[in-house]
Amino acid sequence: MSNSDYDPACLPDLLPLYYRRLFPFSQYYRWLSYGGVTKNYFQNREFSFTLKDDIYVRYQSFSTQNELEKEMQKMNPYKIDIGAVYSHRPSQHNTVKSGTFQALEKELVFDIDMTDYDDVRSCCSAADICSKCWTLMTIAIRILDRALREDFGFQHLLWVYSGRRGVHCWVCDEAARKLSVAARSAVAEYLSLVKVRKKKKKKNNTYISHYFLQYAIVGQELLSSKEGVDKVLNLLPEDILCDLLLHYQSEKNPTKRWERLKTLVHQKRQATSKKGGQYFDKEIMLQYCYPRLDVNVSKGVNHLLKSPFSVHPKTGRISVPIDLRNLDKFDPFEVPTISLICEELDKPRPDEEEEDDTKDKENEIEAGERRKIRDFKRTSLAKYIKLFDQFLDSVARSRKGDMLKKSDLQKDF
Amino acid sequence: MQFSGRRRKLAVHSQNDLYSHCLQLYVQPPLENISLSEFETFAVERLKLLKTVENLGVSYVKTTEQYTKKLHASFTKSQVGPSEYEKRRKDHISHFILRLAYCQTEDLRRWFIQQEMDLFRHRFNDLSSKYKTEFLHKNNLKYDTLSADEKMNLKDQLINSTFGFSGITIVEQDFYKVPFQDALDLIRTRKVFLRGGYAYIPHQDIVTIVLNDFRTRLSKALALTARSLPAVQSDERLQPLLNHLSHAYVGQDYSIQKNIGKISLEQIDPLSAKSFPLCMRQLHKSLRENHHLRHGGRMQYGLFLKGIGLTLEQALQFWRSEFIRGKVDADKFDKAYAYSIRHMFGKEGKRTDYTPYSCMKVILSNPPSQGDYHGCPFRHSDPELLKQKLQSYKLSPSGIVQVGLHTHTLKHNWSLAHRIKAFLHYMDFSGGFKLSSVLEYQQLEDITNPVTWP
Repeated sequence: MSNSDYDPACLPDLLPLYYRRLFPFSQYYRWLSYGGVTKNYFQNREFSFTLKDDIYVRYQSFSTQNELEKEMQKMNPYKIDIGAVYSHRPSQHNTVKSGTFQALEKELVFDIDMTDYDDVRSCCSAADICSKCWTLMTIAIRILDRALREDFGFQHLLWVYSGRRGVHCWVCDEAARKLSVAARSAVAEYLSLVKVRKKKKKKNNTYISHYFLQYAIVGQELLSSKEGVDKVLNLLPEDILCDLLLHYQSEKNPTKRWERLKTLVHQKRQATSKKGGQYFDKEIMLQYCYPRLDVNVSKGVNHLLKSPFSVHPKTGRISVPIDLRNLDKFDPFEVPTISLICEELDKPRPDEEEEDDTKDKENEIEAGERRKIRDFKRTSLAKYIKLFDQFLDSVARSRKGDMLKKSDLQKDF
Repeated sequence: MQFSGRRRKLAVHSQNDLYSHCLQLYVQPPLENISLSEFETFAVERLKLLKTVENLGVSYVKTTEQYTKKLHASFTKSQVGPSEYEKRRKDHISHFILRLAYCQTEDLRRWFIQQEMDLFRHRFNDLSSKYKTEFLHKNNLKYDTLSADEKMNLKDQLINSTFGFSGITIVEQDFYKVPFQDALDLIRTRKVFLRGGYAYIPHQDIVTIVLNDFRTRLSKALALTARSLPAVQSDERLQPLLNHLSHAYVGQDYSIQKNIGKISLEQIDPLSAKSFPLCMRQLHKSLRENHHLRHGGRMQYGLFLKGIGLTLEQALQFWRSEFIRGKVDADKFDKAYAYSIRHMFGKEGKRTDYTPYSCMKVILSNPPSQGDYHGCPFRHSDPELLKQKLQSYKLSPSGIVQVGLHTHTLKHNWSLAHRIKAFLHYMDFSGGFKLSSVLEYQQLEDITNPVTWP
């Protein structure tokens, strides 16, 4: 089991191990430097730490990867948040003339929290999640991912499991990092449209239709209970409503009930001559499944958000990147906890020694790094760090491509 | 920007070049001499116009015909001048004078930008298509238009995603390909087709793009102006006028000095039933019931209490004693909440002595969500619930009728003017103080802050 019986009381013992041997500092630094194109990009980035006893410290900043490592290993933060890249080093913000210390850039971020869906899930509430309601998250991720890529043209999206009840999306494109507050807020509003009755995207509807039957009708038993039925009927016009109520008195199978609803809506639509007849069934599906975002998280350039590879103190789970190519297989309950990976550290894998010896001779990596790599490779964290590496590679490739384009243009003149 | 009231500068452009279009983006400051009386007249008249714009914007939904008609009437009335050239000159100069008055603080700037934008939007929309295009060209807003082929390829998506368009109009109208960052309002409301980071905007919607440009420019310009302001303010002739202009907006000064120490903690409960406006009464009640208020509620109510005279010590005592009855122990209160109360009184952080929220701010910003009790009940509450609440506060049936909550057609598009009237009637009946029952929205100026009630 991936849990390995995580106990929050063990955190003070586990964290030092995690930060000393498992936290992927070099990948982390590589990410936040973005190729060193902009001077002081990493140095001017704000981090915040939540330490033992809920002590919260802001405006942490570091000059080098080494400094970051040493500080984290010294403080052993329970939680790490990432903030914006400022005009000056955040750790020196008090020395800067008032008004000139400004947040300049930050990734565009989204936070999808399961509690925002409490009114449409009957299986859990608040901080709980289960495999049934996790489907809502899957729907939301697919819709958002598509919209961000196709509609807005963003390419570098890092989806991260928050550790308990939600996911975060970090949009790392250069254009995204430079967005203003107004732009971020507009993008977030564009993406969250639970109440809008205008033209809807056809593609989103296919995702929703695909999941809706499984999630809402079967999993959440939307049309099985009286409350569920009432909620749905509220969204329908009177004539359909009456017909359905009659029908539901005899038909108890929820799937069949949904079919009847769809048939009636379809018939009504065909009968109306109005252009753009009402798609009530789609309305219902949208109300239930469409992504619900907290716009405030996305709006602020200086907003601090939980860092990838941070530990969730209550569940012990690591905030790992999510592989969108295998989204349907992602199970939040299989995400490794800090206790699991610390345990795995001590158990060597048999084929390991040989592999590494040959590799060491070929690559010239420092002993410390080698050990590090060997360390996380033997834990369940390995595949997530690999995912992160792949993400960083694609960001780097893109950056090189852009630079080539720029220099080509210059050469022409 | 340089305002050269004293120095002589040559008029660089001939009459025709300078104001070749009735509308402008106010890029170049005026470079001429002008008498002090003209300076003052121009400024005051524009300010009056902007205040009208503000009132209309708050009382009517901006997309309705009523709004447009009224704004058009007010604007035409304000355009008094011997010639077209004179009108444009006045427009130009008065705008720049007001920049001086409204660049100093974040609030002033925000207000100025909002009204200027609303005014500009109206004037631009009023232009014929030909003049709109002319304006775009004169102002270098060159976005690529789609070729006929591109349009055909995207035809279906354009029809589906663009608000109010059919197949025929797609072919006729020009479509511009605009980076989405320049078309935020259209994106936010999903009124246009968006792909690959570009918004495909029909010619008729280009005003939104122009407005964005307008706002960005003005915002930057105001920041620059603020830096040059000391030089201008040193001119004794200008300083009193500029001060007067910016204070005219801010209205009454609710600084605490006037009210301090005028209220005791015991008085709060009875006062809340008798003299508090409904929003504050609601907040007080929920605080007493739940022994807690969320941030929005704490800010709105806390600042209000400060405005009616509560001292910092009293406030700390008040909030602590209430929160302790709930789930918060004294330590946690001191750790988590006391700081923000002191912050409200200007004793922490950047030490700003915050003023209580005006009605406008309460109504227009930070709408409450589930579990919140702040906001304006006449704006944010469900009309049915509001009616019930007023009934429970012993407002008589005839009172309810007067307040306007009796109709069957209670919908959320109840205009703001309607709601303000409802509020006033409520105050009338609750015995707070006497008001004439016929109060037009323009007189809102006298009662723009809940603090004036007790």
